[in-house]
Parts: sequence; structure tokens; C-alpha cells
Amino acid sequence: MGSASSTLTQYDIEDVQEHCNNLYSQQEIVSLYKRFCQLDRNAKGFISADEFLSVPEFAMNPLSQRLLKMVDGLNFKDFVIFLSAFNPKASMPQKIELIFKVYDSDYNGKVTFKDIMEVLRDLSGSFMSDKQIEEGLIKVMEEAGYSKDSSLLLDDFVKILDHPGLKMEVEVPVD
Amino acid sequence: MSKVNSSNMELDLDRPNIEDYLPTDSIHEPLGKLRLRDLLDISPTLREAGGAIVDDSFTRCFKSNPPEPWNWNVYLFPLWCLGVVVRYGILFPVRVLILTLGWIIFLSCYIPVHWLLKGHDKLKKRLERALVELICSFFVASWTGVVNYHGPRPCARPKQVFVANHTSMIDFIILEQMTAFAVIMQKHPGWVGLIQSTILESVGCIWFNRSEAKDREIVSRKLREHVEGADNNPLLIFPEGTCVNNNYTVMFKKGAFELGSTVCPIAIKYNKIFVDAFWNSKKHSFTTHLLQLMTSWAVVCDVWYLEPQNMKPGETPIEFAERVRGIISARAGIKMVPWDGFLKYSRPSPKLKERKQQAFAESVLRRLEDK
Repeated sequence: MGSASSTLTQYDIEDVQEHCNNLYSQQEIVSLYKRFCQLDRNAKGFISADEFLSVPEFAMNPLSQRLLKMVDGLNFKDFVIFLSAFNPKASMPQKIELIFKVYDSDYNGKVTFKDIMEVLRDLSGSFMSDKQIEEGLIKVMEEAGYSKDSSLLLDDFVKILDHPGLKMEVEVPVD
Repeated sequence: MSKVNSSNMELDLDRPNIEDYLPTDSIHEPLGKLRLRDLLDISPTLREAGGAIVDDSFTRCFKSNPPEPWNWNVYLFPLWCLGVVVRYGILFPVRVLILTLGWIIFLSCYIPVHWLLKGHDKLKKRLERALVELICSFFVASWTGVVNYHGPRPCARPKQVFVANHTSMIDFIILEQMTAFAVIMQKHPGWVGLIQSTILESVGCIWFNRSEAKDREIVSRKLREHVEGADNNPLLIFPEGTCVNNNYTVMFKKGAFELGSTVCPIAIKYNKIFVDAFWNSKKHSFTTHLLQLMTSWAVVCDVWYLEPQNMKPGETPIEFAERVRGIISARAGIKMVPWDGFLKYSRPSPKLKERKQQAFAESVLRRLEDK
């Protein structure tokens, strides 16, 4: 595929499908490609941060800056792999891994107290003080058996977050 | 594209709640004591972001829908080629001829009227109005425009404004051939701007500049003055502020609805089978757009003049605007979306994000209280 041309061959579709473990049907991949080309205005082969931010629904999301770091400059294949965590058929560990990556902004495999506080700051904006966030977080962490100095690994996240109520599903419209 | 237009801040002050339109499954009320799992679980917020990346209602408004290619087999392809020959080789030159003829007639009448009748204002105005209607009819003929007008024709009375949904600048031409409206427009460069400053001045036009923040007050004042003048042509406003693809309407700006006048809605719907009349101003210039129209088979549309509306007691201008938008969208059979058209040119106001943050903060603090 290289730089985005407006046609996908059957080989390209199958290649992408393989990389996302067949979570998406071929029709869905074609739909996602149309969307990718729509967002990638000058056919550069990737979507720039500015182009993501031109979607008002995305720009107004409190976690948009964190997600931008993860999606900025992705080519189509990686774009689909990123989105596959939102597929209804994706496994719970895959979904939790995406959540973990959002917290672990320095990609060192560990989520510290500070990391969690930063995400909570993004989510609450100016409506919670740092002190309120810190106190609240210490309280719930201690109740769950962690201390302020603990670093959480992916396994800890899976243990904490794995429950049937965790839904993170986005349907791909297929016309 | 990265500049934030500060005038947008004012526009959001009393917007209807966007949450009413967007999927609400993230705003469910989790009950009970706050646990670590609840604090760490950002899945609803991520889901919204993922949903926006995959499909969003704002981008849908400005997507031109290219017609499905139907010329792909051995029988239809020659037919299509013949069609191309007819459209470009026969129809197009004829239309260019008609348009040129129209311009010659128009200019040879307009210039004398404009210069020689300087003293006789009433007669001059009437003739200029008729001439503008004439040149618009020539334009419409040059695209083989088939326009079905429904409803009572607009009349010139003070204290009334006309509002319509906006798909392309040709909306103005189509409405103008029936009634000489005064209009409020974005000033364009090039030959369009030239026509704007000369001929359209005579029917009465108000200019604005999207990027001027202070402009809003000046424009507001001019609108009020125009509407109150008894002699002025009826004012036509496109409250969306930008061209939308005729499948959706974006939010109406409240400017037209706070003048204390009667608002007469007009709904316009183009028949896509013949041509997609949406002017994607980011992709094409107006000249390219016109050429596209002149090399298509026809421009077919319906125009409905709807019942005049007044602001109900206790209604705010924003609610009034949304109510009229509902009337127009229902008549034209198009969907409403909760976005401000100017988001095409700027980023959403931080207030939208703040509302979400506030909801999150309040929920967490409340649940932390629960023992």
C-alpha cells in the first residue's frame, strides 16, 4: 500500500485482516479505508494530529491529546490494528492493554501513581484539585491493596479491570 | 487550520446541550462506593474517542457523495460516452451561449439604468430588481434548472426575514430569480467578489468576514437596520453560515432570530439523481463548481416557502432558531446534527470538553463521599 492511493487490492485487505487477527471483516476494512482516506486530506498515507483534531467529537474528548500520541502518523495497517481493540470481538486482555497504554505514557511497562494522577487530571480538568485527586486515589488504591508507591503492571490492570461490565465497542458502519 | 477562532466562544454560551444528541451510554450513573476499578476504567471515554475516529456526524455533513459509476459494462459504456459527448459537446456550448446572451442583455440594460436614472430612485430600484431577477433566470437556464416552487411567493414587507438551508451559492441564484432578495454573504475573492460589490449592491447586500471577531456586532447592527427599513428588499439569510451537503443541517446561528422580526423559513432540496449540487468550497472554486453544473444534465430541486414563524413567548433566540431548523429539515427530509458549521474553520470551544470533565469530577467526588 505504501502511500494511500484510493484503491485497495484484495491482497492489501487480506494483509490487514491478518494483522488484526481477523477481527474485522473485509467489508469493514474497506469502510475503514474510506474513512482513513477521508481524514487523510492530502493522501499522505497517514493522518496528522491536526486532521484528527478537525473531528469535533474527537477534539472535545478529554483524552484526545493522549490518544493523539498513539495514533498520530499511523499508516492504514497500524490504524486498523489500533482500532481493533474497539472491536466487539476483541478479547478482554486486548482492550485492557489499550487502556494500560493510555496510562503508561512513557512506555516503560509500568503505571505509577503519578501516571494515574495525570490521566485523572485530564478527565476532571479544573473541576477537581490535585489534592482531591490524590486523596481519592490513595484511598481507593489502599482499599484495593496497593500503596502510593506501587507500580502497576499490565497483569495488575487485567486483574483490576477484568469484569463483564467493561464494554469498549465501536461498530464500523458498512454501507 | 490550527487557529482557534475566539469569536466561537460567544456562540457557545447558550447552545442546546450537545449531550442530548450524542450517544449517552457513557453518561450512565454508576452507583455505590468508588473502587480502584471505577477510577481506572476509562473505557467509556475511550469508546467515545474511538467512535469519533471511525465515524462522526460532523464530517458526514460535508461529504460530497459521488454518484455510483454505472458505465462499467459493454452496453452501458458507449451510452455513457454518448452522454459525455452530448453534455460537453452540445449542451455545454449552448449553455455558455445562453449565459453570454443573458449577460449582454443584462449589462446593456443595467449600466444605462444605473447611471442615467440616478435621480429617479424608485424607478431605478424597480428596474434593477427586475434585471437581477432576469440574470438569475439566465443562470438557472444555463444549468437547465428545473425548480419547483411550492407555497406562497415572498412579498416585501418590513420586519420580516427569510431563512433557508444552504448547499451552495446557487441557492441564492435559484431563490433570487423568483424574488429580488437582499442577502448577507461572505465576501469572496475574484470575479464573484466583483459581482458582489457591483450588481448585488443594488439589491442591498450585507458583507461579513468569518475571521473577524468584531464583525459580529457590526453585522448584527446592519441586519437590524435593513429589516426596519420599509423600502429595502426582503432579506435572505442562510443561518448555517456555511455550505452543507443537503443531507444534513448544521446549527443555525441565532443572528437572524434575534431581530424581533417574523422569520419565513424556506426549505431547498436538490434531487441528487441529476447532479450533486453541494459546493465543497474546500475542494473546488466556485468557477469549477459552476462548470460542473453546466456540464451535467440538469439541476433539479424543490423550494418550499413555509409558514412565517414568530418567536413564542418565553422562547430564547437559540430555541427559536432550532425550532425553525426543525421545520426546514422536516420539510426537506434531511437530518439535523448538533454542530456549528464554523467548526469547519476552527476548533470546538473548550466548553464542550469542560462539560464532560465537570460531569466526571462531580460523579467521582460524590461517590468518594459514599462510605
